[in-house]
Amino acid sequence: MSAQKGLNLTLKIWRQKNNKTKGQFETYKISDVSTDSSFLEMLDMLNENLVNEGQEAIAFDHDCREGICGMCSLYINGRPHGPDTGITTCQLHMRMFKDGETIHIEPWRSAAFPIIKDLVVDRSAFDRVMAAGGFISVNTSGNTLDANAILVPKEDADNAMDAAACIGCGACVATCKNGAASLFVGAKVSQFALLPQGKVEAKRRVLNMVKAMDEEGFGNCSNTGACEVECPKGISLEVIARMNREYFSASVDQG
Amino acid sequence: MSKLDSRIPAGPLADKWKNHKDHMNLVSPNNRDKIDIIVVGTGLAGGSAAATLAEQGYNVKAFCYQDSPRRAHSIAAQGGINAAKNYQGDGDSTYRLFYDTIKGGDYRSREANVYRLAEVSASIIDQCVAQGVPFGREYGGQLDNRSFGGVQVKRTFYAKGQTGQQLLLGAYSAVSRQIGKGRIKMYNRHEMLDLVIVDGKARGIIARNLVTGEIERHSAHAVVIASGGYGNVYFLSTNAMGSNVSAAWKIHKKGAYFANPCYVQIHPTCIPVHGTAQSKLTLMSESLRNSGRIWVPKNIEDAVAIREGKLRPENIAPENRDYYLERRYPAFGNLVPRDVASRAAKERCDAGYGIENNDTHEGVYLDFSTEIQKKGKEAAVEKNIHNPTDQQIYDLGKAWIEEKYGNLFVMYEKITADNPYVTPMKIYPAVHYTMGGVWVDYNLQSTIPGCFVIGEANFSDHGANRLGASALMQGLADGYFVLPYTIADYLSADIRTGEIPTNSPAFDAAEKEIQDKVNFFMTNNGKHSVDYFHKKLGHIMWNKVGMGRTPEGLQEAIKEIEDVRKEFWADVRVPGDANGMNMELEKAFRVADFLELGQLMAKDALAREESCGGHFRWDHATPEGEAERDDENFKYVAAWEYQGDDINQETMHKEDLIYENIEVKTRSYK
Repeated sequence: MSAQKGLNLTLKIWRQKNNKTKGQFETYKISDVSTDSSFLEMLDMLNENLVNEGQEAIAFDHDCREGICGMCSLYINGRPHGPDTGITTCQLHMRMFKDGETIHIEPWRSAAFPIIKDLVVDRSAFDRVMAAGGFISVNTSGNTLDANAILVPKEDADNAMDAAACIGCGACVATCKNGAASLFVGAKVSQFALLPQGKVEAKRRVLNMVKAMDEEGFGNCSNTGACEVECPKGISLEVIARMNREYFSASVDQG
Repeated sequence: MSKLDSRIPAGPLADKWKNHKDHMNLVSPNNRDKIDIIVVGTGLAGGSAAATLAEQGYNVKAFCYQDSPRRAHSIAAQGGINAAKNYQGDGDSTYRLFYDTIKGGDYRSREANVYRLAEVSASIIDQCVAQGVPFGREYGGQLDNRSFGGVQVKRTFYAKGQTGQQLLLGAYSAVSRQIGKGRIKMYNRHEMLDLVIVDGKARGIIARNLVTGEIERHSAHAVVIASGGYGNVYFLSTNAMGSNVSAAWKIHKKGAYFANPCYVQIHPTCIPVHGTAQSKLTLMSESLRNSGRIWVPKNIEDAVAIREGKLRPENIAPENRDYYLERRYPAFGNLVPRDVASRAAKERCDAGYGIENNDTHEGVYLDFSTEIQKKGKEAAVEKNIHNPTDQQIYDLGKAWIEEKYGNLFVMYEKITADNPYVTPMKIYPAVHYTMGGVWVDYNLQSTIPGCFVIGEANFSDHGANRLGASALMQGLADGYFVLPYTIADYLSADIRTGEIPTNSPAFDAAEKEIQDKVNFFMTNNGKHSVDYFHKKLGHIMWNKVGMGRTPEGLQEAIKEIEDVRKEFWADVRVPGDANGMNMELEKAFRVADFLELGQLMAKDALAREESCGGHFRWDHATPEGEAERDDENFKYVAAWEYQGDDINQETMHKEDLIYENIEVKTRSYK
């Protein structure tokens, strides 16, 4: 393209062979990066260079590259998904960076997300929290009630949708100084708490999910709000308040 | 000898599925835990199938290459899911949904399958609402519906612009529930690399653990492939980067026929390619066509000036714009179906009017200025503003657009750094969905006994073209409501079989073959990366097996792909280690399969001497450049049988498409 600018960059990237070995930062130079490229395309370019030199490519997670699958991660210059708000790493574009800049790239930082390799971490703790109760127990038989037999006020449906928009990327955990998963769990608890479906098991759900969250090694929430700031989908702290309310009321009933 | 038995039940169309269900064999509840089922892929089709089968009591082993089943590419679908609920009282019915889908597929899909899809569609909505999927609602608390392109009723259910996400998370929550109960064993970050056949039946798979690199054997009484489409054969597409054809292709090489591989849907409203480093194309929702007008400059000098950055599109006077869809298709205008809109954009760009300032010149404008004016004036009237200023009109109109499409405009601006409220969006068609896939019978079983294929991975429901909001419908219909019945019919013979051993010669041979390939890739030490070959393949596919195809181009493509294949096996380089995570190695396996499939796609496109849906042949066009279908000679499914390494030797079996309930007509949008 005629109008684009080619950036020359220095990259400090975390390399780690596997979760049994120690990692360290390695320095790479890359030149002529189009400002129209996404951050992940810049890494593709670097990997192409590395492979051509016979070196091992840098492992990083990514898939849909449309900001919705939640697979991409990366701590970039000290921020999850880098220096822009409301986006995932695949939507971060190189025009956000300056020619000659040094960029630090790290994996998610959290004890509950162990490193698998280089920039790839294991987020299966989220799946286990979901398996502990992040669902409505309905049989998939095709014999459920007619959908319009369950009326849901529009505002409740919209609010449930806002909570359900969580993509499970883990940025909230990665940015939290305590490594708490409250925004993630709160989002799922809130979605169901706002809807009439699944009410009969609401207490069990929140108790089981919070228990699983604690067992997975996530830290406690101290309401600092960093998670809300870094959430690519704008999930609000309200979901944590709602989860706490659900949890306390379930605990009281149980006691 | 042809093995194509579609097993379509006899009797009237509306009763086929019910009668079939009434007469299929069952596996009784106390016998189901004697049966293991492998499900490969956990998107809408695989996830819903795994959850339902586990709930019924079978032992399910589910596999996905992502780190969690929640990330399957079904999650990226935006617009909605169709269902014949007739909640709006506008005359919708199972028959109408069936008819629209058959017509939308350009009369190249199977009547009985499509009718069943329409029939179970209503249950999907009930199921998903019960699971807590937050569909859009009206103020009275009832479900809201939208209308989608090419349809005259409002039957599309939606969850904002994230319908696929919410439906997938619904299926994922059902999967999670069964994982929690121990009924599904989930294998994340695993990839199926081969199918194992014992005594003529699918009895397991060879998978690679993508974290440890270990090659694993997994046995089962039946194998379900739900691995999605193969659009990434083009390298650039709207598919997720990891979407691949391997599972489907591997069963093809083991005997499953591959049907209609040339049917690829090109979506008209993607952000154009910006440069050679691009990895992925991003779709702008089709709903934008409801408010946007598509144009290119009328004068070629203006197109050149735009490409050189000397002219801004907003400075071209309306009379110097060519609204080519409105000009060519006055009845449908900007809302013609996807295949028609895509070809028209290509035609203008090929003629030199494209506006993107890169080597391709591929790009047209999607302009909202008319709508901003119109809605602004309407809003001024509503607000009792007499004689509004131009600025007031613009502001009110902009507010209307923002309310309706705001998130898409933000996304566009993040990617392109252009403000689409001021400067028209740049769009160009891109590969989106593949209608072809593994041939299956009415029970969704491939030509390999015990190997079932569901969702986008099979060929069955969309014919030569896919209407909006119908892919999600098929994925969930297959997984929740069709396969769980039909697979029981097959499995009923297996309740005394017992566990399938993995130490048999068939498993030994399959594992050895994969291990040899791993060793080959790790030691080949060639000159080029896997992506180098993938991009080369994509370039050939896009140019010669893309939106417009010619016999000469297809013959060249077959030859060129074969050359790239040879070069790949001679010269590919995969650095690193096989005993651990190695994403280059993962890609090498996938691209090896894409290279073979690409050649078959070209071969299929060459054999289909007509134009239909997503398959357009320039030598089969009307004088006005419209698609010319040939029902007399090509009203069939082309199902290809593998014959060894030389893809040119594959043989075609035909399944005639018989329409007993509808009249086959020519599609026209003039």
